[in-house]
Amino acid sequence: MNRVKVFLTFIFLIINSPLLAYSSDPKEFVQELVTEAIEKLSDKNLTNDEKAKFVEKVAIENVDINALGLYTLGELRKSSNESDLMNYQIAFEKYFLKSLTSRLTDYSSSKFEVVESEKKSATYTIVKSIISPENGGPNIKIDWRIFTKNPEKPLIRDLIVEGLSLARTQKEEFSSILSSNNNDIKILIKKLEEFVKG
Amino acid sequence: MTSKKIIKLLSLLLVISSLSSKLYAADECFEKASRSIFKFNMALDNVIIEPIAKGYNKLPKPLKEGTGNFTNNISTLLSIPTSLLQGDFNQFVNSTGSVLINSTVGILGFLNPAEKMGLKSSKEDFGQTLGSYGLGPGCYFVLPILGPTTIRDTVGLVVDSYLDPFAHITIREKELFNISGNNLDYYSVKGATAVDFRSNNITNFDSLEKNSLDLYSSFKSIYLQDRSNKIRNSSSDQDDWGNLEN
Repeated sequence: MNRVKVFLTFIFLIINSPLLAYSSDPKEFVQELVTEAIEKLSDKNLTNDEKAKFVEKVAIENVDINALGLYTLGELRKSSNESDLMNYQIAFEKYFLKSLTSRLTDYSSSKFEVVESEKKSATYTIVKSIISPENGGPNIKIDWRIFTKNPEKPLIRDLIVEGLSLARTQKEEFSSILSSNNNDIKILIKKLEEFVKG
Repeated sequence: MTSKKIIKLLSLLLVISSLSSKLYAADECFEKASRSIFKFNMALDNVIIEPIAKGYNKLPKPLKEGTGNFTNNISTLLSIPTSLLQGDFNQFVNSTGSVLINSTVGILGFLNPAEKMGLKSSKEDFGQTLGSYGLGPGCYFVLPILGPTTIRDTVGLVVDSYLDPFAHITIREKELFNISGNNLDYYSVKGATAVDFRSNNITNFDSLEKNSLDLYSSFKSIYLQDRSNKIRNSSSDQDDWGNLEN
């Protein structure tokens, strides 16, 4: 009976443990994650659907999508009601996963190298990396803003490409849409849903 | 430059200084017109610049790198006077050394031995110089062909044409160290610089275009972040996450 219990516990742990567990050290975390992503996305034996599923799984486990969604919403996150915020978060996650898959696929033929990391505070570390495009173009500096509130589970919050924050660009893009539509969050949600369908 | 022009320029700067405390970077000068100009610029890019940039990317790597080095070396000329105006002596030495070495040892700038010698030149202009004096960007708008800008950077662009030694010997047709040129030289080099920049950013542009809900705003954000970084001579250090940080 004990053997059966041990066996069942083992099976339960396997099923529920993350398949893609990366290091808790921010620098190694980024290196392992991106190396695996580039490997999978450039694998010609995988279908586009399989690649998209891989990116989704990695992103859901390793990107702080919830915080990113709230950040990109700006001040409106404080004045929106719970129902609107929930609908926004659902639409944002779908939008984010679709655009992330597209973005990562665009850069999957590049070489990637983590250069150094810098602990900015107890809650975040910047990991500096370089991408060398295969077409021989100039190297691209990418800094990863890693949220380390839980030191055992680092989460990606932003990518800063050549000094330009993707989260901030997204936030300002959303802000423009909102300001030209009377700060109506429902219109932003609709636009996010249209992007996902398109 | 005549004294009348200097007075006009200073007056303009004074007006901008007084405006800059009221205008923020996110403010638009005339958004509707800017969005139309942006559309025109994107159409121009799709029809002319992007196809040329894609063709340029197919050139042999040494030729492409050589062209990039050549245009970079010419752009660095403007960094010499603007670094001085910013009081950045280190950058002044780096830019001057880089231009001198690359123009001679580097065969008219087609090679970049200065970088291997540790000289790091960055591109500085008069818009950045005004920013380093604490002048705000003023409102944002889009110029036909030239793209995103602000009031401060447009004034900078005009002043650049007087400060830039390359513009001095080409569009003003003056002689400098027995070197002179003409308008065609100036616009050819500026065109090559634009194509080189576009070719290095094919993937970035495509990715942005595919994933933006409002491309105009994305370009605006990127432009303003980039200018701010260049003025501070450092990259973005996002600290506006507020209570999401904890």
